[in-house]
Amino acid sequence: MTGQVKRAPYEAVVIGVSAGGMNALRTILPHLPEKFPVPVVVVQHRGAESDDFFAQYLAQRCAVQVKEAEEKEAAAPGTVYLAPANYHLLLEDDRTFSLTLESRVRFARPSIDVLFESAADVYGAGLIGIVLTGANDDGSRGLVAIKKRGGLAVVQDPATAEVDTMPKAALQAAEVDFVLPLAAIGPFLANLYQAELSSSPDFMPFRVQTKLIPSEYKE
Amino acid sequence: MTNTTDDDKEVENLEITLLLEGMFKRYGYDFRDYSLAHLRRRLRHRLNSSALPDMGAMLHRVLHDRSFFELLLRDLSINVTEMFRDPDIYLQIRTEVVSRLKTWPFVKIWHAGCATGEEVYSMAILLHEEGLLGRCQIYATDFNQIALKKAKEGIYSLDQVRQFTANYQKSGGRESFSDYYTADNDAVILKNWLKTRIVFADHNLVTDSVFSEVQLVVCRNVLIYFNRELQERIFQTFYESLCPGGFLWLGSKESLRPSAMGEHFETLFSTEKIYKRDLQ
Repeated sequence: MTGQVKRAPYEAVVIGVSAGGMNALRTILPHLPEKFPVPVVVVQHRGAESDDFFAQYLAQRCAVQVKEAEEKEAAAPGTVYLAPANYHLLLEDDRTFSLTLESRVRFARPSIDVLFESAADVYGAGLIGIVLTGANDDGSRGLVAIKKRGGLAVVQDPATAEVDTMPKAALQAAEVDFVLPLAAIGPFLANLYQAELSSSPDFMPFRVQTKLIPSEYKE
Repeated sequence: MTNTTDDDKEVENLEITLLLEGMFKRYGYDFRDYSLAHLRRRLRHRLNSSALPDMGAMLHRVLHDRSFFELLLRDLSINVTEMFRDPDIYLQIRTEVVSRLKTWPFVKIWHAGCATGEEVYSMAILLHEEGLLGRCQIYATDFNQIALKKAKEGIYSLDQVRQFTANYQKSGGRESFSDYYTADNDAVILKNWLKTRIVFADHNLVTDSVFSEVQLVVCRNVLIYFNRELQERIFQTFYESLCPGGFLWLGSKESLRPSAMGEHFETLFSTEKIYKRDLQ
């Protein structure tokens, strides 16, 4: 089941990104409309001491709200949550956030796998996981976990990634549904909820304008 | 690839509930109000490395095998810390809070969840440099005996010292950090006199009650592992442990705000998570 988007609306989007993330996120997130109907949760690898500058930077460029996730905060629609530096970010069954200081997972804290695995538990088939540019293999196991629960796996086309290690690793590890060039990911997400946004009574099956590379793609 | 269904998840949740109940009834350690996402992660990790088929089997094992329980206990307690962690906040404590603490003739400090002790010694050093240590008593508590033993020893790995030193300097340290330890091969041993005002004690924040009437409660990066109800109970404990006008210092991502106890505290420095108890 590749290249298929289910009729059932997805309830949340998780994004994992490492090296090259600043550019990738500022390309994708401005496409999301202000009333984007689901929460978007992002792990961007960054230095242990970095502050919330990154969230503010993105907030200025986006219609959706962008902020660092706070512990016990409920994941709300129309909002992009960034994992705070030096903490793992997890989702609870009641769709609130938890932070932990568990050891780094394969050198990363926050870890993409930790977020993805916990979000897969919570949202099951209602989750979209996206792995973007990066120089390690974080996110691969998380994407496998998302697929295992019936969610949708999207990976940035490695040819459009600043650093292609992470998307390539994800493609090797998981049965990916969509491989999209960086420029197509924002419109992909925005289109996915277009019917819902226009409150159309009949939910239109999703059609992408941009060329999709099928997930048979393997290096 | 077998898909995991919502049904599987429901069963796992139930097994975890029973496992936590079993651990509490059998050994008295209460993890029932910990964050489930965190527990699930740690327990699955143990499941995979112990070659057990499921959480149900883990419950059986933990009830019959104390050493396995101790293993789980270690899995479930996170002891990540460093000296002068978040140095900017130590600077704030040094410049803004210490002067207020000085108004009491004798200062008692409760460091709840002290883990391996790095931040307790950081506080002792800070108080020493501000001329207050001689009038202080620090109670440093944790439920993890292994961590507590390490805290009492005050011996840390040499490769952490560069980080500790950098933090110390950023935190407004007035001396040379190397004055506080002796190096021994690949370890640093903190000077014994730093311990004279510290009492390390086994205390479980979840099951044990108020500790002592203190002027300052330090509890950093402990509450993040608790659910909202337990957090609320702990805030109540802290409130009762603090003397009127006493201070509460939380971790940099923890906050009193969503708590009903919040009305009894004034936010002294919001970004630094330092609160002052009311005077009643």
